[in-house]
Order: sequence, then structure tokens, then C-alpha cells
Amino acid sequence: MSFDVDISKLVGDNRRRFRLSVRFRTPARRTVIYGPSGAGKSLTLQALAGLLKPDSGRITFCDQALYDSVARVDVPARGRGFGYLFQDYALFPKLTVRQNIAFGLLTGLRNPSERGGGEVVDRSLRAFELVDVAAQRPSEISGGQRQRVALARALVNSPRALLLDEPFSALDPELRHRMRTELDELLKRIGIPVVMITHDPEDLKWFGDGALYIRDGSISERPTVPADVFAPGMQEV
Amino acid sequence: MNSAVWITLALTLKVATWATGINLLLGAAMGWLLARKRFIGRELIDAVLTLPFVLPPTVLGYYLLVVIGKRGWLGSWLYQTFGINLIFTWQGAVIAATVVAFPLVLKSARAAFEAVDPQLEQAARVLGLGEWGVFFRVTVPMAWPGILAGTLLVFARSLGEFGATLMVAGSIPGRTQTLSIAVYEAVQAGQDSVANSLVVITSITCVVVLLTAGRLAPFRTAPVR
Repeated sequence: MSFDVDISKLVGDNRRRFRLSVRFRTPARRTVIYGPSGAGKSLTLQALAGLLKPDSGRITFCDQALYDSVARVDVPARGRGFGYLFQDYALFPKLTVRQNIAFGLLTGLRNPSERGGGEVVDRSLRAFELVDVAAQRPSEISGGQRQRVALARALVNSPRALLLDEPFSALDPELRHRMRTELDELLKRIGIPVVMITHDPEDLKWFGDGALYIRDGSISERPTVPADVFAPGMQEV
Repeated sequence: MNSAVWITLALTLKVATWATGINLLLGAAMGWLLARKRFIGRELIDAVLTLPFVLPPTVLGYYLLVVIGKRGWLGSWLYQTFGINLIFTWQGAVIAATVVAFPLVLKSARAAFEAVDPQLEQAARVLGLGEWGVFFRVTVPMAWPGILAGTLLVFARSLGEFGATLMVAGSIPGRTQTLSIAVYEAVQAGQDSVANSLVVITSITCVVVLLTAGRLAPFRTAPVR
């Protein structure tokens, strides 16, 4: 079992409120959280990463408490050791491809130099076929390359798990197909737990060892998911 | 051109430089606070700090006299405690120029900090950075062009400050008389040649500042993603 989650969070202001109340386990290596936009997918993923603090509940990863409102545990995002792929990649626009990948290797107050990062980054550039664009900025490379940079950046620290936020939505259909295949092979190779959120049913076919269905802020099992998935979350707001 | 003109220019640059430095620190800090923190009275503070932009400089000068004048509530304390008097000094001119130009850097800095994509900061956090690292490696580099542009405008505005400076610091040649005030005095005294050279020097200095501002920080840079 990788993630064990039971959290609730009230977001929004007085005019529009949204209750996120999810409860699930991810026994599979790969988990796809599938649902329409506005269902609470991104909030759930952010909570796993430590970017959103739930109001109450707990999150554990491999039996380590990351968040527990009762025991007052809240491991900050920087200490969780997860890789996170943002929907539109969130590459640092003023840094080169190489600096972007090396970003997480230095935790001080200064960014890596244009030649920084050393052998780890060299290897990563080769593995993701980015050697030729290493000195370019994110705005100067193609969409597929941008995604590879974001993946390389997320994986360079050897994260314990990889969190993917709609990884293919920013790509055109043809590229989407190719990057799915690439990502599929990559995930097989690195073998760390992966949680992906998506609203694209195609992603379910490709990556769904374990699929969870999210709607209106709560997660439920679909007819075909493994029995490990908990019953529907608390529905009342 | 006589040496008095150069002394006036040097004094003007000194006052503008100090006003710019103070405004950079205060303006960036307040801009960040207004952009990133939610607190009661936030927009009211923004409005009050923007007042110098719309108030007549003479009105500002009057307020400054009320505050830092010898009988002002801050000025009297400074005088009695430290023997410091700011009225009719170049430091007084710095305060006047600082207050008048402050909204320029405040507005630029607030807009610049608000324009930083929070997702980039989130990405840095996930990649292992603490909050100081996020601030200095992501937030500041992204906001810097806007802050710098505002700072250079502050410098240009401080160079030309007239009304508030005249009321607070007066017009003592060689001590508090800045370029813009010297121009006024020269014209009043019918010294056309002096006025001419002062006007040319002021114009050239301002053009250089604006060109530098445009080169360092283009105002219409499209956000690159």
C-alpha cells in the first residue's frame, strides 16, 4: 500500500463553497484519479504533495504520517520527497533547461549556474533526449520537450513517488499519444508509486491499474475498481 | 557654466539616489505585503500610500511640515531627543522626494509580485526549497523587472521634485537647492543663461534615466511561460 488518505477541506469564500471529502487507499503501483473538472482532483493531489493543508484527517505514505490533524503532523512539501508534474509544467521561464532540471539539487538561496548540476543532470539530459536544448529556455522548446524537462526535473532527486496533474492535457492529440507511450515506458522503468489525476478517459486505459472516481469532492469506486477501494466518502456538507 | 550649477546637479543626484534607495526597500516590502498578505484594511493602506500620487505637492509639503517640522509631532521629538532638525536640510529634501515618489514603486512592486505565478513557487517547494529559497530564487527574479522599472521611475520623479521639497527644505543654494528649484529661482531672477543650462542638464539626465529604465525593464514584456 502506498497512500492511505482520509481528509476533508472546505475551500472557497462565502459565495461559493466546495467541500472536499475524500477517503481512499492506493494499493496499486499506479493509481488514476478520474473525474470531471471541478470535482476536486487537483485539490486532492495538492494535499498529497503538501501544497494544500486539509482542515482535518490524515495522509500516510508507506505507513509514514505526512499529515495528521489529531497528532498535529504536517510534513511540509519540501520534506515529502515526491515528484510533482504540474498541468502546464510550471517550468522556471528565466532558467535554462539544464538549470530547471538542476533546480532541486540545490536547496540554498541561489539558483544553479548555467553549467551546474554535474553528472546527475548530464545523465538526466541524455535519458530525456534534452542534450541539444540544454542551454535553451522553456519558451524556446517544443511542448513535448517541455514535458520531458518537467519530468526530468521532478525525477532528478529520486523521489519516493510521482504525482501527475493532467500530464497530457497541454499537448495536441498526436503528441499526446506519443508522450503517453513514453511516460508508460518510463514509469515501468523507474518503478515508483504514481498517482495521476485526469479527466481524459484515454488515460484510464493506459495507466489505470487502480482507478478511483472522483465527483463533487468525494471519491468513490467505479464498478470495475479493485475491492480495496473504500466506500464512498462522506457526502454531506 | 559655473561651478554652482555642478554643485546643484550633484546635490540633486544625491537627494534622488537616497530617495530611490529608501523607496526601493520600503516600496518592495510594502508591495509584497499588499500583494501577498490578506489583512483588514489592506486596500485602505494601499489608497493612503497612493495619496502622494494625486495630492498637490504643496499639500504634501504642508503635511510633512506638520509631521517633521520643529513643532511637528515627530519633528519635535527628534529635536528634543537627538537635536535633529530636518527642515531646511538636504535630508529633509530626501524625505520630501521619497514621499512624493513612493506610489510609483509601490504600484509597480505590488503589480510585479501579484503577477508571479504561484504555481512556480509551488513547484519550487515540491523540489525541496524552504520559503526563503522560494522567495529569492523564484519570486524575486520573476518580480524584479517590474520593481526595477518602478524604481527607475522613482529616480526620475525624485530628480524633478519641486513643491514638497521647496516647502520642507527651502531653496538654499549649495545646500538644499535642487535643479528644479534652481530653475525657478533663475527664471525669477531673470538669469536666462543659467536657467537655460539648468534646463538642458535636467532634460538630458531625465532622458538618460528613462532610456535606462526602458532597456533594463521593458514595461510591455509579455509573460514568458
